[in-house]
Formats: sequence, structure tokens, C-alpha cells
Amino acid sequence: MTDHPDSADEAAPIGVVERLARDDVERKRFLKMAGKRMGAGAAATGLAAFIAACGSSSKSSTASSAQAAAPGTTSSSATSSSATSSATAAASSGDLAIVNYALTLEYLETQFYEKVIASGLFKGSVLSVLKTFGAEEGEHVVALHKVAMSLGKPAASPKGKFPIKSASQVATLAATVENLGAAAYLGQAPLIKSAEILAAALSIHSIEARHAATLNLLTKKSPTPNGAFAEPATMAQVLAAVKPFIA
Amino acid sequence: MTHTDLSHPELADVEVHGMTRSSFILKGALATGAVYGASAVAPFVSSALAASTDVDILNFALTLEYLETNFYQVKGKAVHLSGEAKALATSFGDEEAQHVAALTGAIKKSGGKPVKMPQFAFPVTNQASFLKLAYTLENVGVGAYNGAGPSLTSKALLAAAGSIVQVEARHAASIAFLTGAKITPNGAFDKALTTKQVLAAAGPLIKS
Repeated sequence: MTDHPDSADEAAPIGVVERLARDDVERKRFLKMAGKRMGAGAAATGLAAFIAACGSSSKSSTASSAQAAAPGTTSSSATSSSATSSATAAASSGDLAIVNYALTLEYLETQFYEKVIASGLFKGSVLSVLKTFGAEEGEHVVALHKVAMSLGKPAASPKGKFPIKSASQVATLAATVENLGAAAYLGQAPLIKSAEILAAALSIHSIEARHAATLNLLTKKSPTPNGAFAEPATMAQVLAAVKPFIA
Repeated sequence: MTHTDLSHPELADVEVHGMTRSSFILKGALATGAVYGASAVAPFVSSALAASTDVDILNFALTLEYLETNFYQVKGKAVHLSGEAKALATSFGDEEAQHVAALTGAIKKSGGKPVKMPQFAFPVTNQASFLKLAYTLENVGVGAYNGAGPSLTSKALLAAAGSIVQVEARHAASIAFLTGAKITPNGAFDKALTTKQVLAAAGPLIKS
């Protein structure tokens, strides 16, 4: 399930895939963070929680879904000035903060892919996949920047710093970044007030998911690491996870 | 954000992309469905076109999940998949079945009545055609959930639908990765499909 015939083909240029299962510092660090995240979110996931959440009737049902993400929204405004500084008390401030948070993540992803592509560590079809994904993140930046402009002040581009050591380490980091991105969008979706912004976020969310699944397969991991129900991540969790990558 | 705010070139492109793609999907699905003539899709049609309440939307999604589950678990066995295709189909079939169980539970808890599983007919004879249709079905699933998401009034259900659509997108990408199809067939923004578009794509596969 987690291995892939084509990834073996790609092992020739990058020599990467076999070694990906082995550790490196970044990966361990991320797994640790991911483990914490999943531990924290475990109670809110899975089939039982799904049904429990759905059963809480149409009026009171926001509480259970927002449970995972709401605390992050609050704490992050204190911890991350770059993503949320432009939030105001206006009605749309919640959406602006979310859009700016997403914009910040997309900036980082775009910068990451630029560095990866420039590194020369990848060739052939893997390089082509990475270029496609990087270009798509760039399109997300442009779209989210315009949405943020329409709501208020867009977040400034953070200056990213990414360890680029080996193909295996980079591929693993890319998978981690994309899985985190997918979880970030999933965590925010129920908090978005505008139906248009929600639709836009959903259209980006499933792209991050496609990227994540592909990179998981490239690195010999399950394309669905959470099983049948993907887990969300709160803003606080995500910002803590990307902090090492902001200069 | 007002509607005019969405007339950014980028977001307009999303529409153009999506329409192009859905036309493509519809064409393919209708062509395959034509083999079976007019299908008796009444329950699916009614749940689709009545998809206004949360329960309607869940029932619509449930029908799609039945379809996917049946496709992987029954058709996947019938065409004797092997290797990675078999592994993916087994895993994805199990996950789709969990979606069926979750949606059934959610509909009941919301006071609704889950639709019954229809009979399906998949015009698939071998691993290659199986994977091709799997790719189409998963992409339709992504579009269906993305399209329905903003209509859900319950935020809990939206969160649940989001956790499912992410898995559908991961399935679609995995099959693309395996077959060499486009990992992101809509480019940077996935298309939201309307119920009518989903119906046109999936309806021909439903026999009764």
C-alpha cells in the first residue's frame, strides 16, 4: 500500500526513495510534532466522533467541529504577528485572519519549492511533479493575496529558511509540509464565514491533499495517513510546526 | 466578500478550468453509461435535485460513497486487480465503506432516513479500465463534496465533509500517480461540481 512501483523508477536519478524511510533530523522533529498533533486531535477524530458531531443537531453542532480549530485561532493571534496582525474587530476580521494565515503558509510553500527546484537534487518526472506543485502554490499565493486585499491588509511574505540537504530529506520535508497544509485548511474550513471564501478554501484544500498524497507515495508512506477521515490541525499547531522555517 | 470580489482572473480561471473538466468528465461518463441505456436513477436523482437540506446533501454523498465502495470492493475483485492497483483498491474500498457508515450514522442522527444502496453497473473489464474509472469517480467525488460544502448549514457536518473530501482527493492523486494521469487535473484550484454535474457523471453507473 505504501510502496509504489513508479517510485522505484525515480530512485535512479534521486537515489532517494529507498533512503526515505530512514531518519534524518528534520523528519524526526516533524514526526514528533505530528505525533503531538495527532495525540491532541485523536479524541476528535474517527468514525465515532464523526457521528457524535453530526448528531449534535443543526443548531449546537458548531461547537464540536470548531473545537479543534477555535483555540488555535485565539492563541495564534497572540503568537503569530505575521499571519494575523491585520485582523481587526470588523465583521470580516475572522475571515481576513484565516486568509492571511493561509497566505502565509502558501508563501512558505512557494519559497520551499523554489529552493527545492533550484537545488538540483531532483531530475526527471519527480522534478516535473515538484515544479507543478510549486507553481500551483504560487497560484494560491496570488489568489489569496487578492482575496486578502479585498478584505483588508494582506499579510507580508515571510522569509522562509529551509534545510536542503539531500533528496530524501527534502522529499520527506515536502510531504510533511503538504500534509500540514491540508490539515491547516481542513482546520479552518468550519470557521470561515463567507461562502465564497469557503468555496475558494475548499478548492485549495483538495489540491494540498493531492500534493500530500503524491509526496507520501513518493516517500513510501500511506497516501491516507489518517485512514478514512483526514485530521484537521489548528492554527496554533500549524504555526508552531512552521516556526522553524521562518527566518 | 462580495460576488464581484471573486471576479479575480485567478478565480475566474477556476471556473473555466472546472467547466472544461466537468464537460470532459460528463462526456466520458455518459459515453460509458450509454452502454446501459437509460438507468433507473430515481432515488439518486431526487436526492440530488432536492439537495437543499443537510440531510439531502448527506444522502447525495451517501449514494456516491455506496458507488465508490461497490466499485472498489465488488468490481475490483471481479477484474482481478494485481500489484499496487490491488493494494490501493483494497485500502480505498475500506475507506469508502467507512464513509458510507459515517454518513449513514450522520443522517440517522440528524433525523433523516439514509437512502438504500442502489444497484450499480460499471463498464470496466480490466485493470486499466478499472483504474481509469476509479480516477474519474474519485475526481467526481472531490468536486461533489467541494460543491456541496458551502451549502451545509451545520459546521460539524462541514468539518466531517472536509475530512472526507481530503481523503477522496488523496485517492484521486494516488490513482493518478499510479497510472500517470494528471495529479491535479484542474490545476491549482479544484472545481466544485453542481449536483446536476455529479448526477450526469455518476447517474449512468446506477442501474436501479
